[in-house]
Amino acid sequence: MNPFWLIPFPPAASALVLFLLGRKLSRKVIAWQAGLAVAASFVLAVVSFAGLAGAPHPETTLVKTLFTWIQAGDFRADLAFQFDSLAAIMVLVVTGVGLLIHIYSAGYMAHDRSFARFFACLNLFTFAMLILVLASNMVLMFVGWEGVGLCSYLLIGFWFEKPSAAAAGKKAFIVNRIGDAGFILGMLLLITSIGTTAFGSINDAIAGGVFTPALATIIALLLFVGAAGKSAQLPLYVWLPDAMEGPTPVSALIHAATMVTAGVYMVARLNALYTFSATAGQVVAVVGALTAVFAATMALTQNDIKRVLAYSTISQLGYMFIGCGVGAYAAGVFHLYTHAFFKSLLFLAAGSVMHALSGELDMRKMGGLRKYLPRTYPTFLIGAVAIAGVPFLSGFFSKDAILSAAFARGDYFVWALGLAGAVMTAFYMFRLIFLTFHGEERLDPEVKHHLHESPAVMTVPLIILAIFAVIAGYVGLPAVVGKHANLFDRFLEPVVKSGAEGAPIGTGTEWMLIVASVAAAGFGIFLAFLFYLRSPRIPHRLVARFPWVYKLLSNKYYVDEIYDAVIVNPMVRGSEWVYGKFDLAVIDGALNGSAATAGFLGKTLGRLQSGLIKDYALAVLLGVAIFLGVLFF
Amino acid sequence: MTPPGWFLALSVLLFALGTIGFFVKRDLLTQFMSVEVMLNAANLAFLALARGPAKTDAQIIVFFVMTVAAAEAAVGMAIILLVFRRRRSIKTEDLRDLKG
Repeated sequence: MNPFWLIPFPPAASALVLFLLGRKLSRKVIAWQAGLAVAASFVLAVVSFAGLAGAPHPETTLVKTLFTWIQAGDFRADLAFQFDSLAAIMVLVVTGVGLLIHIYSAGYMAHDRSFARFFACLNLFTFAMLILVLASNMVLMFVGWEGVGLCSYLLIGFWFEKPSAAAAGKKAFIVNRIGDAGFILGMLLLITSIGTTAFGSINDAIAGGVFTPALATIIALLLFVGAAGKSAQLPLYVWLPDAMEGPTPVSALIHAATMVTAGVYMVARLNALYTFSATAGQVVAVVGALTAVFAATMALTQNDIKRVLAYSTISQLGYMFIGCGVGAYAAGVFHLYTHAFFKSLLFLAAGSVMHALSGELDMRKMGGLRKYLPRTYPTFLIGAVAIAGVPFLSGFFSKDAILSAAFARGDYFVWALGLAGAVMTAFYMFRLIFLTFHGEERLDPEVKHHLHESPAVMTVPLIILAIFAVIAGYVGLPAVVGKHANLFDRFLEPVVKSGAEGAPIGTGTEWMLIVASVAAAGFGIFLAFLFYLRSPRIPHRLVARFPWVYKLLSNKYYVDEIYDAVIVNPMVRGSEWVYGKFDLAVIDGALNGSAATAGFLGKTLGRLQSGLIKDYALAVLLGVAIFLGVLFF
Repeated sequence: MTPPGWFLALSVLLFALGTIGFFVKRDLLTQFMSVEVMLNAANLAFLALARGPAKTDAQIIVFFVMTVAAAEAAVGMAIILLVFRRRRSIKTEDLRDLKG
């Protein structure tokens, strides 16, 4: 009996208790309870995973139907969970990384006023995310999808007394609504065409030729709009950098490791659909590649340590979509899995730096922190090396798998963009490392006075994540090492078998691709070294030489301003116009008008009520006279 | 024997007097008495008709009317008394609080 369907419930129970009784519990109890709930889920996830991996028939998809949830006409949706290799990987990542981040948060948030609210939201998020990845149909998945969106909103705006945090939360929520509109439309189209949203039935319908290519493409693209919103892809990525207003553990868990990968997960889950519709797959790949490069260029000039990481996350999510778009779903999910480790590591390490520097985020006021933060520095460095794609660390294997899949399919344009993104990734990560930990100290004296390494409750999760950032990639070795070296691909094969169509490439080509990737990483690191350690005047000279490029990049291509001008302001002004012309005039007018009419009638008819008994008696008399008149004449 | 028509005529006369009294007089007490006159006019009409076809029915109704008139007198007088105590007036033009 596989206990997979129990996995989401411990955090749900814990969240409920914390929301109701959180104020009465001590901080110690809250932290332990929240952490243990996620730990229980993690243990269940490991047991379920072991059960699945050890199953005699590896193609098993376990389904547990709890009850029929919606029954309307021909449409039916069950509250049912589904567990297969893809879900297993997601569940392990969510609970494993989630557990470490819960532990870290106990230290990071130790002095916050709303300790219980924070852990309640974090638990609720874990629950919603687990629903999302375990759902066996799209309707239930959408519940999780919206649940994580809600928690994201609550946690971005966690310090809601800060206007910028409240605004960032709203922005994230509203931008996600745009994507969700696409998701809902895609889901409804799916229901009208096949009458169900269960993943098994969708795959059967595709295999049975129910969909015309055009219909499949429309559905896939609509759903991808939802994925682009949730996973911060062009053109809906704008909310993620602002989401850094939330507490850093939130950035690590929700906006790096788990929630933002939901879009990738959905595309991988519906891989049959995206393989069936070549157009949709191509769109996914190109959007992913453009996002990967576009976001990376914006990361080059940011000075806020968390924003660099945010743009880096957008860029890495782009890589995952490249993988899914070119049909290498396993590679995309593989990058999701490695990215979860090194990116949450980077965020948590950045949080540790902030913690040490009394909340300072600006890299221009850091520098030379290497010797003050003896545990944060090496873990941060490992994360940076992993994401940069330096050989033998996890990021190298996954990024290389994606790029070689793109190359193998002949998408040289996508591959070239990916490679360019890789150079920039290495550059901005090492720019961050050099500005923060090396070079001269540019600290405020006041900040320096309080400088301290973080407590063990924060550094131990960092160390564990760093270990995974190094070793996580060894389950997915490239084919040049050996034909069956890629355990990850083989494990995922039952779910994404439709994607295994890429033409095999020769060993020589593959080595060439690996060398190209390594060269890209090395070049990026070398440039960062040259610019920010060796001769720091080069960046200044470049800025002086190409001021418009710098202005464009540091203002993030003015995308926010353009959106404000083209979408937000017209909407606001249109709403104000409607408010003035319709709300005030028509709706309020109708209401006030009916009230005034009633008042007027009352006043007029009230005159009849003279208060004089005689008048009333006269009325009676007249009434009788009329009545008798009618009766007799 | 006097024919019932005369009684009916007297009844109409009394009712008219009562009505006129109600509209002409300005204090509650006299108006109240006018109402009594009207009631008795009605009684007289009933009794006149008792000679004709509706013998017992009319007589029974007369007893009802008298009972009701007695009850009305008791309650009505009490109300008028209390109004006078409170307002020091029983003139109807002073009692216009329900004016709309």
